[in-house]
Amino acid sequence: MITNPLRDPRDRRIPRVAAPCVLVLFGVTGDLASKKLLPAIYDLANRGLLPPGFSLVGFARRDWEDEDFAKLTHDAIKAHARTPFRETVWQQVSEGVRFVPGEFADDEAFDRLAQTVAQLDTERGTGGNYAFYLSVPPKAFPQVVRQLKRSGLSTPPEDADGRGYRPWRRVVIEKPFGHDLASARELNAMLEAVFPADSVFRIDHYLGKETVQNILALRFANTLFEPIWNRGYVDHVQITMAEDIGIGGRAGYYDGIGAARDVIQNHLLQLLALTAMEEPLSFDADSLRAEKEKILSAIKIPEDLTVGTARGQYAAGWQGGFEVRGYLEEDGIPPDSTTETYAAIRLEIDTRRWAGVPFYLRTGKRLPSRMTEIALMFQRAPHLPFSRTDTEELGQNALVIRVQPDEGITVRFGSKVPGSAMEVRDVNMDFAYGESFTESSPEAYERLLLDVLIGDPPLFPRQREVELSWMILDPIEEYWAGHAKPEQYPAGTPGPASADALIARDGRAWRRL
Amino acid sequence: MMIDLTDTTTRAIHDALTRAREQMGGPTTGMVLNLIIMTDESAQYDAVRAASQAGREHPCRVLGVIARDPGAESRLDAEIRTGEGAPGQTVLLRMYGPMGRHADSVVMPLLVPDTPVVTWWPRRGPSVPSGDPLGMLAQRRVTDAAAAPEPAEALAALAAGYRPGDTDLSWTRATTWRSVLAATVDQPHGEITGGSVAAEPRNPSADLIATWLTQRLKAPFTREVSEGPGITEVRFAVTDGDITIARPDGRTAVLSRPGQQDRRVALHRRDTAELMAEELRRLNPDEVYGETLARFAVGAGG
Repeated sequence: MITNPLRDPRDRRIPRVAAPCVLVLFGVTGDLASKKLLPAIYDLANRGLLPPGFSLVGFARRDWEDEDFAKLTHDAIKAHARTPFRETVWQQVSEGVRFVPGEFADDEAFDRLAQTVAQLDTERGTGGNYAFYLSVPPKAFPQVVRQLKRSGLSTPPEDADGRGYRPWRRVVIEKPFGHDLASARELNAMLEAVFPADSVFRIDHYLGKETVQNILALRFANTLFEPIWNRGYVDHVQITMAEDIGIGGRAGYYDGIGAARDVIQNHLLQLLALTAMEEPLSFDADSLRAEKEKILSAIKIPEDLTVGTARGQYAAGWQGGFEVRGYLEEDGIPPDSTTETYAAIRLEIDTRRWAGVPFYLRTGKRLPSRMTEIALMFQRAPHLPFSRTDTEELGQNALVIRVQPDEGITVRFGSKVPGSAMEVRDVNMDFAYGESFTESSPEAYERLLLDVLIGDPPLFPRQREVELSWMILDPIEEYWAGHAKPEQYPAGTPGPASADALIARDGRAWRRL
Repeated sequence: MMIDLTDTTTRAIHDALTRAREQMGGPTTGMVLNLIIMTDESAQYDAVRAASQAGREHPCRVLGVIARDPGAESRLDAEIRTGEGAPGQTVLLRMYGPMGRHADSVVMPLLVPDTPVVTWWPRRGPSVPSGDPLGMLAQRRVTDAAAAPEPAEALAALAAGYRPGDTDLSWTRATTWRSVLAATVDQPHGEITGGSVAAEPRNPSADLIATWLTQRLKAPFTREVSEGPGITEVRFAVTDGDITIARPDGRTAVLSRPGQQDRRVALHRRDTAELMAEELRRLNPDEVYGETLARFAVGAGG
């Protein structure tokens, strides 16, 4: 590649801009497309991060013209974009919007798609660079991928311009990456038969969040935290993703999958990996991946899964002032479903840094509040030179990375209560990231889409990580499948009694939700 | 909340800020910088407004310094605003008499500790920003050559007094253009033998872009004069056909390359709040600006 003299690594004002390319979006009529993807494209354009000529092609089973898709895009942007709507930016985006109607089984539709992108190459100079975003149910993946191969869309020409330039092809998929190790491998084999491994981008939108990327900055850019980031000081770690909503309209997807597969396998284990991993040699994709894989390989599941795991199903109850149905009464859920809506797991990590420090992971729906956080709970001081009554109200020191909502970091420590007596009580020191930065910090999808178009892989989990995560979860799922139904917990409460027992056995308690 | 303090002291202002914070439940959490604005009565409203809008991205303590009648007795009036839809705090400091020449002594006790300082002159700034008493406090000093009657002269003067940490809003205004130009040159193209930058007269951003292109591409870029608004066209003279980016209306540019259809690029002119938000994003010295400015001064002098 020829270097561009206008780009200087010291020149931090000029942003990374993707090369001219086409984004082909499958599943344009879905929720994700209208709420996240299309607005993110506009926001990127508005921030000047999309190249001139960038084009967007929608593919769906709709009898639509380009204008209809442009209208859908326009409406989605108006409703959900984070940056202000500007007519000029919209014009720039809309110029490159195309729509190809068709079904996944329809060869002819994909041939038309191939013609459409080829036409964009000549009209708009997109240079044969295509990203395929499969925002469709996983069962449709094989068919779409097969069609991409058949129509020649997945194979870039060896030499596009006679000067040795080889355009890129990338494919983007969303979770779930399979439902167990075997299916994850199958999915990957199918993808990698068509696209090389480094062209497959698996989106875990948590990894696009500023706070999550900030874990690395917090740990490895500071001297303050790393010395205490180990078994010498940390008593245990709690990683929580709590949702206040039920399954809503996702019954078809959710039932049979459950909380552990939906959340723990990807989001929580990724958060655990970033929290627990050793310092990577650099922040390039390979080094990061190497450390994440090491830590995932070192995870040990409980020997006794009866007490080391817990699962539950929300029953009818009151959540946030509203009376809500139980899981089994939700539309589209069989009344005898054994799918869990709450899962908690106690994990240990067999490394020198973490030996003996339990990591408690929990996730659930219809819990009292919506919150995702990583909490490092520190050991109590080995000796307190105070009388016992002085420190009665002193808890454990804690460092909490709040992932959502209200992104930020809280440090909890003891402080003297003003007054003539020596009395120590817990106080918080708070860094509110989200509060001050929300308006301008990019949305997770914005960051991830840009990284796909630039071809920057560090924030995307690779197949090996996916497989390692399934290796952790599969035995647990297997155990659950052979045992009693999940325990019911009333909606609006913090989960089933067995989850409380899981952590209480160690003499600890869950953090309040 | 607004607090007016007349004939006051820095101690009283400091106490009022602390009280305001306690009453508001701590809106100063996460303040990431101190922004000193050297302004006058006519410019203060717009400058402070831009700063507090930029403050959404960079919550800061804004200290607006307004020198009043230098012949009067020394007196300090302060106007404190907190929590008006923007994070951070704003303090307008009106200094009368000889105090105006010792503004740094008023500002220093009011800086949030452990937090970087930026000084901004929205109107005419000193030609040696780092030599100014309030510039000395700052690690980043923001001037605006476009506000000077003869911007090119102002740039040349800034070049002579340049120290790392100086920056100028005319360079900030160039960023969106430079970004599009860099993306254009990313694409395969023939040999660039030169070109031109067209803008209305007295547009220091165009001067800097022409200099930057000349310096980086090692080919002469001339500065052409047009009707505006702002920068209207950049032309690359290329061996296999010219590439132009034309923006006649100040909003949308058209990119023309040989053998390709024209493409539109949104390239709107940004307001001061957006410029300041960019400016406050990084506080390390902008070496590329320094080099471009130095080269510009050589060209202007020769």
